[in-house]
Amino acid sequence: MRPETNFEKVPIDRVAVEERVGRLNKRSIKKESKVQALKLALSMVDLTTLEGKDSEGKVRQLCQKAKSPHPSMPDIPSVAAVCVYPNMVRIAKESLRGTNINVASVASAFPSGMAPLPIRIEDTKYAVEEGADEVDMVITRGAFLEGEYNFVFDEIAAIKEACGDAHLKVILETGELHTFENVRLASDIAMEAGADFIKTSTGKISPAATQPVTLVMLEAIRDFYYKTDKMVGMKPAGGIRTAKQALQYLVLVKETLGAAWLNNEYFRFGASSLANDLLMQIVKQQTGHYQGPDYFSID
Amino acid sequence: MSETKTKESTYKPTSPNSKLDFASLWEYSEAPESSANLEIKDKYELFISGKFVKPSKDRYFKSLSPSTEKEITQFAEATQKDVDKAVKAARKAFKGEWSELKPSSRAKYIYRIARMLQERAREFAIAESIDGGKPIRESRDVDIPLAAAYFFYYAGWADKLEYAFPGKKPKPVGVCGQIIPWNFPLLMLAWKIAPALACGNTVVLKPAETTSLTAMMFAELVKDAGLPDGVVNIVTGAGQTGAEIVNHKDIDKIAFTGSTNVGKIIQKSLAGTDKKYTLELGGKGALILFEDAPIDQAVEGIINAIYFNQGHVCCAGSRLLVQENIADKVIMKLKDRLETLIVGHPLDKNTDIGAINSKEQFDRVNSYLELGVEEGAEVYQSKCSVPESGYYIRPTLFTNVSQSNRVVQEEIFGPVLTVQTFRTADEAIEKANNTPFGLAGGVWTDKGSKIFKVGKALRSGVVWANTYNKFDPTSPFGGYKESGVGREGGLHGLSAYLNLK
Repeated sequence: MRPETNFEKVPIDRVAVEERVGRLNKRSIKKESKVQALKLALSMVDLTTLEGKDSEGKVRQLCQKAKSPHPSMPDIPSVAAVCVYPNMVRIAKESLRGTNINVASVASAFPSGMAPLPIRIEDTKYAVEEGADEVDMVITRGAFLEGEYNFVFDEIAAIKEACGDAHLKVILETGELHTFENVRLASDIAMEAGADFIKTSTGKISPAATQPVTLVMLEAIRDFYYKTDKMVGMKPAGGIRTAKQALQYLVLVKETLGAAWLNNEYFRFGASSLANDLLMQIVKQQTGHYQGPDYFSID
Repeated sequence: MSETKTKESTYKPTSPNSKLDFASLWEYSEAPESSANLEIKDKYELFISGKFVKPSKDRYFKSLSPSTEKEITQFAEATQKDVDKAVKAARKAFKGEWSELKPSSRAKYIYRIARMLQERAREFAIAESIDGGKPIRESRDVDIPLAAAYFFYYAGWADKLEYAFPGKKPKPVGVCGQIIPWNFPLLMLAWKIAPALACGNTVVLKPAETTSLTAMMFAELVKDAGLPDGVVNIVTGAGQTGAEIVNHKDIDKIAFTGSTNVGKIIQKSLAGTDKKYTLELGGKGALILFEDAPIDQAVEGIINAIYFNQGHVCCAGSRLLVQENIADKVIMKLKDRLETLIVGHPLDKNTDIGAINSKEQFDRVNSYLELGVEEGAEVYQSKCSVPESGYYIRPTLFTNVSQSNRVVQEEIFGPVLTVQTFRTADEAIEKANNTPFGLAGGVWTDKGSKIFKVGKALRSGVVWANTYNKFDPTSPFGGYKESGVGREGGLHGLSAYLNLK
């Protein structure tokens, strides 16, 4: 299962990556292309609540928001998924019955991954049994930084197996990997080990998702696709709060991987407050003026 | 391992060489920069001795916008008589207050020009794009801010010249004749005028006949800045006007940026005179890409090296030398990247490649495209649509070429990159240097030691490492061999405008 070659770091030039992002950020998204992109971005949101104080009530309300983000405008798309802790999967599943919205669960001793592998596998299996369509796992960053790349490969492969039919998103926690070379290598390992998605962050560590990190991961996905013909998805998570940021991410995807990735099967935003800003901008585009934040439900 | 789904059935790759689809789905809408606030006059006169004056023969020539092929304005044609008038005004200003002015007061004027350029940046940027065809993204973010930066930088030197050349008594040379090209009209004006004024000289400048608009707007700015009459004189016209400047007896220094052919003519006419001169001429820069380079970032650097300003850059990296074992991968990535370059109207904020500067240059680049095919090169162009009117050329790659091809040897000055391979560093260096030019080059590798080894071996005035086309007022710029004589920019750029005793 493990590839025969050892994992090798691909050199990445930080200055040039940031420059490339800067240039992509200059794309001007106006008029029809803006409306289209805002709706697309909304359909890519993994509406997330990952707090110690999460309760049934909170999760139910979040699911309601996911189904019907802005009831006064029925043509607005619903989000892609609701992302919760394993013990909330059942509630979310019930609330979202009859919709296309997936239930995603973090698992594998999220957010640190600091538990023995069998327990992390159990954690994953539990989430899937409870009905999770997607699993967001974490890698053991300590092992990665120690250079135990095969350990990381094996843990991803094992959790992938535990997922069964559920889609696996592998969280690299790029804020703890520090260098772009590490981000790139962790992306390569995750994709080789069977990740359906690679994801930047848990949202518990700062910095979470950034555009340069996302670009490095998109380029890893592109090289993997060139090599294997397999399309792996991308999910930046944490810190994306505004519609403007979301559009900038979409430009990154469009000009790095092209149209095939511009849908919620291959690109997601892990975010909680982004959805309302997208809604506010969509309404603005349609009516010509902004409504106050109180006109958008906070769930 | 569950199979990962692919969507190849729904998405068609943009080009036969690529697996990716950059064309379907989400298209950027038009995002035009408004030119409503820019006033372009019906015609522009000559700027001599602080006044706008009619040309002696009362002849004007049309200036077209390369993006629409429509006339935008007319410029006065300066004859020998007009040039003489301008030189006399410059001489008078030089002998009068300018060379005697306290250096810190000189600096004050130059700072004022810099600040006013910043204030008027937007209108200058729009004018530059309309007149020259370059994308607004570049005129807004590169040309105009950098032009202002050169004035700021050289303003700072005006009262510190003795510190720049310890033990010497720097004196201005006198009246400088300056002839600038059409690829960076305002920026080249700044490269010429800023150091000349800082050193206490006065100038007679001729912009290129296809791109005189921002120079005339600059003349208005000079007037508004209250510079003493005759310190800056701007005369418009074609090659003949330039020749009148070069051959004028009362000019002390010639600064020319342009083609190697014209440079040679100028150098011949100056032989035997005591005029100082600097010539910044053509180039055929090599981009050396090693196997250990960060490839995706290197591809980005190459794109910037050759497709910046439609390839109308004397230091453009127009020859890619890529290590053989990564060549296929790099070419594939380059082709994919070409598909995301947007060729379009210069004023659209999303345009990456604007219009070729003139009909003449458009024909010239096209003739090289035909030549390349005749020489047996494989040609690849992106599939993007281009506007119906105007001079547009899609970004182009020539593969399967060698040192002996003319498209590899000659400066095309357009969005055309040739791709060759090499096996060892020595071979790369040999090929890179095997050209009559020597203006600029680039090296991509993750190894610092290799950068220094190769950089030292390249016979070119500038070598960029892991980047390209980075300009800064503090850095000298100039060529080896047929790429020119002398340096502009930085401290080195000062000495060209001074007599050092």
